Amino acid sequence: MQTLDDWALTAGVFLPVAGVILMLFVPREREAVHKMVALVTSLATMAVGVFIATRFDYDDGNLQFVVDRSWIPVINSRYLVGIDGISLPLLLLSMFITVLVIVYSWDHFPSPVNPKAFLMLILVLEVGMNGTFVAQDLILFFVFFELVLLPMYFMIGVWGGENRQYASIKFFLFTLFGSALMILGFLALYFLGGETFSIPRLIESASGAISHDTQLWIFAGLFMGFAIKVPMFPFHTWLPDAHTEAPTQGSVILAAILLKLGTYGFVRIAIPVLPDAAVTFAPWIGLLAVIGIIYGALCCLAQTDMKRLIAFSSVAHMGFVMLAIATLTELGINAAVFGMVAHGLITGMLFFVAGSIKDRLHTLQISRLGGLLVTAPRMMWIFGFCSMASLGLPGLAGFWGEFPAILAAYSPAVELSTPLFRGYMVVAALGTVLAAGYLLWLYQRAAFGAPRDEELATHMTDMGRTEYLAWAPILLLILVLGVFPSLLFGVTNDAARAVVAAIPG
Amino acid sequence: MTAFSTPHLDYLAIAPELGLTAALVAVLLVDLIWEDRARRWIPTLTGFGMLAALVPVLVMARDGADRVLFGGAFVVDDFALVNKALFLLAAYVVVLLSTDYVADADVYEGEYYLMLLSSVLGMLVMASARDLISIFVALELLSIPAYLLAGWRKRDLRGNEASLKYYLLGVFSAGVMLYGMSLVFGLVGSTKLVEIGEALRDPAGPSPLIVIGVTFTLVGFLFKISAVPFHSWAPDTYEGAPTPITAFLSVASKAAGFVAILTLVFVAFPGRSEVWTPMFWLLAVLTMTVGNLIALRQTNVVRLLAYSSVAQAGFMLVPLAVARDLPQAQDAIQAVVTYLLVYAVMNLGAFAVVMVVAAKTGSAERSSFGGLFERSPGLTVAMTAFLFSLAGIPPLGGWYVKFLVFRSLIDAGTVAAVVLGVIVAVNSVIALYYYASVAREMWMRPAPDGDLSPVRATPSLAAAVILCAGVTLLVGVLPNLLGHLGEVATFALG
Repeated sequence: MQTLDDWALTAGVFLPVAGVILMLFVPREREAVHKMVALVTSLATMAVGVFIATRFDYDDGNLQFVVDRSWIPVINSRYLVGIDGISLPLLLLSMFITVLVIVYSWDHFPSPVNPKAFLMLILVLEVGMNGTFVAQDLILFFVFFELVLLPMYFMIGVWGGENRQYASIKFFLFTLFGSALMILGFLALYFLGGETFSIPRLIESASGAISHDTQLWIFAGLFMGFAIKVPMFPFHTWLPDAHTEAPTQGSVILAAILLKLGTYGFVRIAIPVLPDAAVTFAPWIGLLAVIGIIYGALCCLAQTDMKRLIAFSSVAHMGFVMLAIATLTELGINAAVFGMVAHGLITGMLFFVAGSIKDRLHTLQISRLGGLLVTAPRMMWIFGFCSMASLGLPGLAGFWGEFPAILAAYSPAVELSTPLFRGYMVVAALGTVLAAGYLLWLYQRAAFGAPRDEELATHMTDMGRTEYLAWAPILLLILVLGVFPSLLFGVTNDAARAVVAAIPG
Repeated sequence: MTAFSTPHLDYLAIAPELGLTAALVAVLLVDLIWEDRARRWIPTLTGFGMLAALVPVLVMARDGADRVLFGGAFVVDDFALVNKALFLLAAYVVVLLSTDYVADADVYEGEYYLMLLSSVLGMLVMASARDLISIFVALELLSIPAYLLAGWRKRDLRGNEASLKYYLLGVFSAGVMLYGMSLVFGLVGSTKLVEIGEALRDPAGPSPLIVIGVTFTLVGFLFKISAVPFHSWAPDTYEGAPTPITAFLSVASKAAGFVAILTLVFVAFPGRSEVWTPMFWLLAVLTMTVGNLIALRQTNVVRLLAYSSVAQAGFMLVPLAVARDLPQAQDAIQAVVTYLLVYAVMNLGAFAVVMVVAAKTGSAERSSFGGLFERSPGLTVAMTAFLFSLAGIPPLGGWYVKFLVFRSLIDAGTVAAVVLGVIVAVNSVIALYYYASVAREMWMRPAPDGDLSPVRATPSLAAAVILCAGVTLLVGVLPNLLGHLGEVATFALG
């Protein structure tokens, strides 16, 4: 078993590469083969994930499945991977969503139809996403973090909507700028924090070795890298464009996983390595987070396109996650991880449904929809279910992302100003009201009443087979996590304690 | 009066140069004797000459001993060996690029390879030159054939302009450089770099005039690497020259310039870092910013690559802007040499793809790359890899060298270094935009005139593309393959 454990994470990250290499040698015309290879590869990767989950020790807050091998000795960077209770749910989420996206793709290939290239990109994306969640070396983390850029750029740029070229390059430029500053921060940590890129070792040595002022500068660099990825207000402007233009699969992966890379970076690197700087920055992060919540919600109210509306709702929801992180408490980190998983499932699902509607109607102009509940009752019931989950209805997963976040803001870490965070709490609570407003209003306009455009209505059909297959597991999970939140809180709790171990409170 | 005694010669140490000279003579004779009948064998012969010269380089690299010849004017150390290998391999790829291009164009063929060989010979000498005079001889040996090669398409007006511009500015900068060298010699009394280095380390050393000497000497090579403001020849020359020569100039010739700068700075002038670090800081900022901003406006891919190579030179100058004396300078040398190696691979690869596309569509305009993904996906993926590697996106080789540049900056840790780091970061973003614009054309735009026939590479071009793409990806995933090379790139001071 020990050898299996040693190889588990490596296999979970690099198995998709095997699929990509295989597909490289299959001619493009043989689409069925490509679909099978991609599906089998992603399922095998998922199986590795399940194996890891069964062998994972849930009572241990330390890193597990650790592998430490030489990689680039010249710069002292190592192939160091490992997971704890925070990485595990996100790693599983990434594997899970990839399988479902491939299932959904079965008969939903965006034009220009090219299953070979499209599925290969999805698998490469999976390597980057899984790798980011297991990397425990800053340079390894950086490489995986950046690895997702190219496939996503092409996914949006080649298979996206009308404005795809603008959206794809904007996504790329924003993220690259952030990560260039992030790498400067990583290097500063290396030279000042004890000549190591290992995250666990930096957590021990960095904050003691670096002066407070320098820590602030380094944190600012990391902040730029992660905040653009999240994205936090005011760096969010790439997100609505990218989401709106991306093909359905791209939107789902973007919402479900890619945004989490940013928040995960805060939890994994920025806060535990530089706790003092985190305390100084926390009020400002909290401020940007609540601005994001309100601003995202107000933008949602003004949107005329369904996909764009869901994209702005992501800005608001990630605001809750960031607010939870900014409290720097155990509860806050737990809430943040739950919020990430819940948002991944729920918003991913909303994008799935929106994509399926667009597939049939070729428009998502809210003013032209209406009465969809008549023409496609099952699909719209699901959409309603997800809207409820998204606005935080108790009993569904979304609630456990938002409610504990608000609760955590009531009593932030002792070094933070309690009145300030209580103020944030009130504003965030207002945000949930707005969320209910824009989601229900969207649902009302899209689903209720009579079809507003008779010609469009004739194109609407209800769910197909792959849609059932791809969506059912997500819906089930939203419900299960909503009823038994301890399933996830139990996993994250020990690791969350470790994240804020150095912060009093 | 003592009789002239022949110096002791270590033939292994000069075997690469001798081998290349032999290849040069062979090409000359074959072309003279058999004329047209042997024409198609000449590229092969040239290529083999390059590879044969690589053998003694590898033998000496295994051996590991430093060899000092001609009273210290010619030194074979690890630094020299790594760079000789770089020159020979880059030149070999240039031969691959040239094979069909030269055969199809209406130009002299045998002489082309002759010139190429003698220019590479100059580069090999440059890697070992440790004396102002041998450096100057090496520079002229590599430059004069290059002036001719730039104008090889002699019936083409732009070719003439390319050659003339390159020649005039080259000669002018060589003049400035000689003036600088004469000042250095006049103040120090030696042309040997090591002795100059010792004299300049002495704080009570030569008069302030040395500042002019140091600066002017470096200017000659700043011209070679097309650093702003000495870059004005580059775009026109790159566009007018035959495309393989453009690749050669932007990779091998530029590398030779950097090799000379590194030798001068770290062997001869380390004591005067207060003179050249601010100079390189300013040059690096100017070079990358101006190169990038002008590259943004280009629609011709060769011109775009030309300006991008100006900008890349700026990135390579960055480690010099924060380098100090030798022990601490190790990282800077490693960063620059590794950058040169990776840059050579990715840039040559990009030029190879441009040549394939231009051979099919008859133009290197960006629009002629439209729809390439539909026409030949393999070529498109390779070009995409080269472009994003140049932009420094993991997991392609370019990320590692960009990382080394950042590393040298943060290691220095001064305010000026960190400011420069942020400028480099902003420039990386600008550069990504124009590299991505070519990728966008290939992946997201329709083919010009709706022509969807596949674009095929000739065998030698295909070999060049596959070779470069393979190395680009390999280095990106396992950078340590180069880490070792960079580490041994140290000078023998003696």
